[in-house]
Amino acid sequence: MKTIFKSLLVITVLTMVLGSCGKGDSKKKGALSSNAAERVYVAPGEYDEFYAFVSGGFSGQLAVYGLPSGRLFRVIPVFSVDPEKSYGFSEETKPMLNTSHGFIPWGDSHHPDISQTNGELDGRWVFINENNTPRIAKIDLTTYETTEIIEIPNSAGNHSSSFVTENTEYVVAGTRFSVPYPQKDMPIKEYKGNFKGALTFIAVDPKDGGMSIKFQLMMPGFNYDLSHPGRGASHGWFFFTTYNTEEAHSLLEVNASQNDKDFIAAINWKKIEEYVNNGGGTKAPANYAHNVYDEHTHTATSTMKKEVLIINPSDVPGAVYFMPTPKSPHGCDVDPSGEYIVGSGKLAAELTVHSFSKMLKAIDEKKFDGDAYGIPILQYEATLAGAVKQPGLGPLHTEFDGKGNAYTTFFISSEVVKWKLGTWEVLDRKPVFYSVGHLMIPGGNSRKPYGKYLVAMNKITKDRYLPTGPEVTQSAQLFDITGDKMEMLLDFPTIGEPHYAAGIPASILMPKSKKIYKLEENKHKYVTKSEGAAKVVRNGNEVHVYMTMIRSHFAPDNIEGIQVGDKVYFHITNLEQDYDVPHGFAVIGANTSELLIMPGQTKTNIWEPKQVGVWPFYCTDFCSALHQEMQGYIRVSPKGSNVPISFTLDGDAVDAE
Amino acid sequence: MKKSKILMIVGSLLLLGLFVFPLWNITLEAPQYPIPLGMDIHINKFTDTHEFDIKNINLMNHYVGMQYIPETIPEFKIFPIAIGAMVVLGVIIGFIGNHKLFLAWFVLMCILGTAGMYDFYLWEYDYGHNLSPKAIMNFKNPDGSVMGFQPPLFGSKDILNFTAHSYPRLGAYFLFAGMILTLIAFFVGKKEKKA
Repeated sequence: MKTIFKSLLVITVLTMVLGSCGKGDSKKKGALSSNAAERVYVAPGEYDEFYAFVSGGFSGQLAVYGLPSGRLFRVIPVFSVDPEKSYGFSEETKPMLNTSHGFIPWGDSHHPDISQTNGELDGRWVFINENNTPRIAKIDLTTYETTEIIEIPNSAGNHSSSFVTENTEYVVAGTRFSVPYPQKDMPIKEYKGNFKGALTFIAVDPKDGGMSIKFQLMMPGFNYDLSHPGRGASHGWFFFTTYNTEEAHSLLEVNASQNDKDFIAAINWKKIEEYVNNGGGTKAPANYAHNVYDEHTHTATSTMKKEVLIINPSDVPGAVYFMPTPKSPHGCDVDPSGEYIVGSGKLAAELTVHSFSKMLKAIDEKKFDGDAYGIPILQYEATLAGAVKQPGLGPLHTEFDGKGNAYTTFFISSEVVKWKLGTWEVLDRKPVFYSVGHLMIPGGNSRKPYGKYLVAMNKITKDRYLPTGPEVTQSAQLFDITGDKMEMLLDFPTIGEPHYAAGIPASILMPKSKKIYKLEENKHKYVTKSEGAAKVVRNGNEVHVYMTMIRSHFAPDNIEGIQVGDKVYFHITNLEQDYDVPHGFAVIGANTSELLIMPGQTKTNIWEPKQVGVWPFYCTDFCSALHQEMQGYIRVSPKGSNVPISFTLDGDAVDAE
Repeated sequence: MKKSKILMIVGSLLLLGLFVFPLWNITLEAPQYPIPLGMDIHINKFTDTHEFDIKNINLMNHYVGMQYIPETIPEFKIFPIAIGAMVVLGVIIGFIGNHKLFLAWFVLMCILGTAGMYDFYLWEYDYGHNLSPKAIMNFKNPDGSVMGFQPPLFGSKDILNFTAHSYPRLGAYFLFAGMILTLIAFFVGKKEKKA
């Protein structure tokens, strides 16, 4: 019997394989002939080689994938509320989304960048920018939680962000939509000369990653699109691409595409830092939120900052230069040695590469071609290292493999092109499906790239997956770049728009991942560390429930004495100290989300009962064999009722475990 | 100093290892615990193999109505005193150098050790069989009797979804090595007397 079954199985498999070969034709042959499937297959129970932190784009979040499998592990809520994880709904996390415009439930996340030490990925934090309401967030890579968000004043369209310097001295945030500085009511047509583009340097505390704005450089009112730090010899400099040097304020698709060349701004931040440390700069009034989540109180606080240090380029001579770069450059990418700065003129016929050493020489020899608002413009030929000829159409972004090769995305011709640094020759080109924006090589934007895989992040998906109505999935594609030619291995769907990503070897992050929060280190204002300490306290019409949860019950689980019109705070502590035993909490009619509470953590939900009755609450995360039994009741009496507050577990006052 | 005396003294002193290292270990493996839960038993305390293991063993065990592993047990007062006394006694006997006393010490230590193991067995039996009448889950043996959850005294055993391992740890090896040395001391001493 077994033999028959086996031979049937073999026949079936063979038929399937042959069948697929037959109709697979040239397009599908790749996977079988090159073992692509094998090379992205991570067997059950085994681990991926890399983490990829992929921006969720207009979802406002940051997704964590494994490479090469393309499997999604976690969506870290950053700039948008996430009811699944109670982010932005629990009392503890609401302050994270506070801004000078009030509570904002959504953001547009763009460019994740992992912290570095000596120009190499160190895996402490990942930073990411929000474009719409300018903010920079920091995610802790031991908890994979957003632990800090700082708003950027005097900025709009926070796009040339959030890239870190080689020792994470600074994370940088640039302005894409220049705005009046200071903001005021004025005619839009008076843009030219009156709007400013702030480039913000945020100092990062080397101990805890705490962010604070060191200074804002008030640049002319261009659009600052992308940026990257110098490294190695060019450490101390930062490079920003600009477009709309025309300073148009309407129909930019035409009016901002008139100049033959825009600029790459080269900023000597070390020089400005020195100026600031010697008391330079002007303190100006500002109003921006600084939100910090404390891992021990499990609570975020939001502070409004009222001042920022402003630097004008003319204040620090020799700190800011413009390098002419053809046609609205997008990417501004520095190779691992720090010598080459690749400007991707997105409407240009070739890819421009500047040389850092030639730039220094040109500055030294004063090879200027006039100035813009007092900022010297270097002669185009004087800084030019070379150009990649006929590379493709619509270059956007370049990363490096650490073996002397560069990889550039082309949006219009929908391809990734591999070319050689120094000789500028094109080595390979591969189509992507479709219209790729950024690409990512783990560490490809550091001194030490891990040049094994390349992820192309596409803007358009069309027919690549099963259709799901007018809106189809967003998508990324994985290439193997170890050979002379790139090989496409895998398509995988992503959340939101996979705008950009940062990758890092799993071996750096895995050992640091936290398993639980220690209950004894919980300093939450309303923590309940044992069932005996659980209680219900009325304070006017506010009722505070100090509740605990452990497999498989709440304490207390019967509560009486609540009245319609009360504001009930459920402060719930998960007493578990075991890996992967979160509990959830939901109560009927709550106008918030569920709570998802990790072992050792406390979270708070507000419940405002509107109807008399006895209402259940329960655990939402399948925690144990008795998960279905993990429930309780809360009795709501009419307003003014004389039912006293009481709270019990198994009929007893809650006092013993 | 005679070789036998040194052996006796060193052998007795090796027992001091019990004050530093755990005597025994019980480890529980299950599919949901890729990193097993474990408890180290010292002569004066229970400790987690990995932080919070005992708390998590208790949590698992409450489903079948087992009691919590106590913070402390009376033995934790007696064991250190008994071991300490035997070390002092062994060293004194070592200096005296009478090989017959060496043997007497060894026999006494064997009796004490056996008593300790028996005591451990009794505790384990109670731990595995004294179940709460309100236990969430009840299991019966094929013969209809209530299933117990006693971990093995020595060796490995399957208990429901767990595999329990019970083996000596470094402290026990110090004890065994020390006892063997005192036995050797007896034979060497006997030889030395003849010579």
